[in-house]
Amino acid sequence: MSNATTGPYNLTGVTPDTGLKVGQSDESGPVLAADGTSLKSSLNRALRKQKMRALLLIAPLLFFILVTFIYPIGEMLFRSVENQIVGETLPRTVVELADWDADVTDVPDAPVFSALTKDLMVAVEEKNHTRLGSRLNYELSGVSSLFRKSGRGVDDFGEVYTDQFVALDPAWEDPATFIAIFAGERWLTANAAYDGEGPRPTFRLAPGVEDVLPETARMYADFARVVQVEDDDNPAEEDPWNAVYLALYEDLSAGAVIPADFPQAALLTQAQDAVATFDTEDLRAQFVEIDEDWADREVWRIIQGYSAPYTAGYFLNAVDLQQTPDGVAWRPENQQIYITLFIRTMIMSTAITLACILLGYPVAWLMANLPARQANLLMILVLLPFWTSLLVRTSAWKVMLQREGVINDLLVWIGIVADDNRLALINNATGTIIAMTHILLPFMILPLYSVMKTIPVSYTRAAKSLGATNWTAFWRVYFPQSVPGIGAGSILVFILAIGYYITPEIVGGTKGVFISNRIAYHISSSLNWGLAAALGAILLVIVLALYWAYDRIVGIDNVKLGG
Amino acid sequence: MTLKTKLGATTALVLAGTTVFSAANAQEMANDMTIVSWGGAYQNSQLKAYVEPYIAANPDVTVVWDESSAEAVAKLRAMNEAGNITWDLVDVEAADGIRLCDEGLVMEIDVEEMLAEGDDGTSAEDDFGDSLVSDCFIPQIVFSTTVGYRTDMVGDTPPSDICAIFDLETYPGMRSLNRRPLANMEWALLCDGVAKDDIYDVLATDEGQAQAFAKLDTIKENVVWWTAGADTPQLLADGEVVMGSTYNGRLFSAIAEQDQPIGMLWDAQMLDYDGWVIPDGLSEERLARVMDFVRFATDTQRLADQAAYISYGPARASSAPLVGDHAELGIPMAEHMPTDPANATNVFVTQYAFWSDYRDDLDAKFQAWLAQ
Repeated sequence: MSNATTGPYNLTGVTPDTGLKVGQSDESGPVLAADGTSLKSSLNRALRKQKMRALLLIAPLLFFILVTFIYPIGEMLFRSVENQIVGETLPRTVVELADWDADVTDVPDAPVFSALTKDLMVAVEEKNHTRLGSRLNYELSGVSSLFRKSGRGVDDFGEVYTDQFVALDPAWEDPATFIAIFAGERWLTANAAYDGEGPRPTFRLAPGVEDVLPETARMYADFARVVQVEDDDNPAEEDPWNAVYLALYEDLSAGAVIPADFPQAALLTQAQDAVATFDTEDLRAQFVEIDEDWADREVWRIIQGYSAPYTAGYFLNAVDLQQTPDGVAWRPENQQIYITLFIRTMIMSTAITLACILLGYPVAWLMANLPARQANLLMILVLLPFWTSLLVRTSAWKVMLQREGVINDLLVWIGIVADDNRLALINNATGTIIAMTHILLPFMILPLYSVMKTIPVSYTRAAKSLGATNWTAFWRVYFPQSVPGIGAGSILVFILAIGYYITPEIVGGTKGVFISNRIAYHISSSLNWGLAAALGAILLVIVLALYWAYDRIVGIDNVKLGG
Repeated sequence: MTLKTKLGATTALVLAGTTVFSAANAQEMANDMTIVSWGGAYQNSQLKAYVEPYIAANPDVTVVWDESSAEAVAKLRAMNEAGNITWDLVDVEAADGIRLCDEGLVMEIDVEEMLAEGDDGTSAEDDFGDSLVSDCFIPQIVFSTTVGYRTDMVGDTPPSDICAIFDLETYPGMRSLNRRPLANMEWALLCDGVAKDDIYDVLATDEGQAQAFAKLDTIKENVVWWTAGADTPQLLADGEVVMGSTYNGRLFSAIAEQDQPIGMLWDAQMLDYDGWVIPDGLSEERLARVMDFVRFATDTQRLADQAAYISYGPARASSAPLVGDHAELGIPMAEHMPTDPANATNVFVTQYAFWSDYRDDLDAKFQAWLAQ
């Protein structure tokens, strides 16, 4: 204890003024709170508590938005790249096709057609093949009926092998033979005990069978699953498909080694000795007989090209491009439509926004400067169309604008327009701009009004008293102060306009429709949700980019929605 | 009643309900049915001819209508993905029925087992004949897309064949056509001299499509493109167009019921079917009810009854002789059916196989052509 010292500075333990003392004695050390922890973390903790409380308050809203807005939109956008359907519906074909080189051989070899037979058999039973056909038909016309037609015939493919196996030994006709080879012990017990209540026990392969007869085991497992799930039947009582015999023939002729203790080993060995002399079936010829498109290189190229689980195909399509064997290229000119529509949507939305500013500014100014009574009346007039159904307003414009409509009648009556040369005001871009300007006008007037309301009249008066003309006072003093209102109104109107589709659909004819009309078409009519999602994603990106540019140029802080 | 007792009571009811249900036979039928249709006069004809008689015979049943047939394909797909099917029976056009069947969203139908045989003893399959265009589709009516014209705007020679649409010299003025390739492409080729039997072969080629667009180009500036079946009758009534295509039932209603100065052509009418599909994945009770209703609503007499309210032809051959008079006007309806021999001298039957293959492709080209 030689270095033990005494005195107040050598007391150990915390005393009420420890924090103070540390603060004094060591300027660079952490400031401590009363409980001895550092002030920083103590403050942080208090703040965190506050933040948590605030977060908890908005949690229901956050959760609501997450579930009903962010998640569905995210899922919808995800469809623009999703392409699992090809790999999932044709798992064997996709693997076999991976090595095929379209430049070397025109049409894939026999193994691909054998894989296709098996995949298609499963797909037909699970009713997926027409779905896949519709998917691939987006890329190549005619694939839809190709799959539908082939689906009707594929269950006969491989029948040659079935017949020869059965001729060899009638035991091959008995479902029990296959069950003995392929079914797992536990499933057998569970299946035998199944009394019709609840779902059937899921089929399991016997361990080891996949090593001996890989293709057949896989095919039989598919067969058993489909029988259970699709038909709600017992695999132990159903005759296997021809495709199972086809797979068995392939396994045996590929030189499968049958162990002596393998179930039905004698039967299998006998069959293996015989398969070399079996008549074979040209599956490729069978497919081509159903539809000669199976001999078309393009069909196989499409299947191969779209076998990856994700695709850029929808996005390419959405900007009038396509994937060709030589890389990305423009679509044929007579199919290019989306870029035109995107540009048109932008130009027309800008025109509508400008029209709204021109028409809305004086109205908002009047409302802000009239005495309260008149201003309120004006406000009701502005809001009235807001409370009327969108469809009613749009249809009313139809009556107003058509060739035999009110405006044309009036113009003819005045004599400005000849009766046989009436103006085309509807079913074109003019109609869309007129009707949408009217519909979106309140979204411009309201923010303008709320900003103008806060501009003191004294500023303009002061300017005038200093010698400014009316115009200078307005342009140099009043107008700059109302710009935040114009900014807010423009953002609202523009963003609403580029997403509109009901009004353009009704009054836009062919030259006045927007990109959203095509999105709606692909969602509700053509069912090409992938393309619709890609178009939507591009539209979203354009809006965000414009918003960003606006923020850089005008500054988002300069936007005011209210006082 | 306080909230608590209310909750308690509800729980008790639900529990009681569950016991009753599980005790009941599997063939127990649900008593609520949501039927999806097109609204308007067509839905009304279904109400009068099918639903009211059915409810009269089954007073426990309540039917809720949903007028969503135009978006049925997209909505059924969304419901299927959400795993919550709220519709029991959906009225769709044949082409949509085929798409829904392809997507596996609607049930396959065993016609012989599920539908009634004809009054005259023919089997259901023979009685429906060609109208069975898909494994899932239960046909009700035959309708056609055809052309109507203003009788007071065509001079002394009212049009008599379809090519009047392309004849701007004899019939100057605007026309209204469907904003879809279907029917327009066929008519364009027909009027450009392609033999009727070759039309779909020609339309499958790029040159043939170009030929059809070239023909449509000759009238492009004079066409208003419609999207709803009600547009053309309205445009005709307003004098906006001289002639236009629409569904024959709409024209009948404008001519016979509203007495407009409109005439109609039957030449080269495009026949199509409309019918029921049953969503996949209904519970057993709901399915039993729907099947019971469908069997009733598609029998010979019911299909014939519907023709008293709207001028669409029954899909069953055995219903044709039973078609009577219009329910309000009292005029015989048989001569207003698209299938009436006098009207059906030159008809197209929509080629569903062709359109399911070329729909996307032709539509892209058609829309691009419109936008140019």
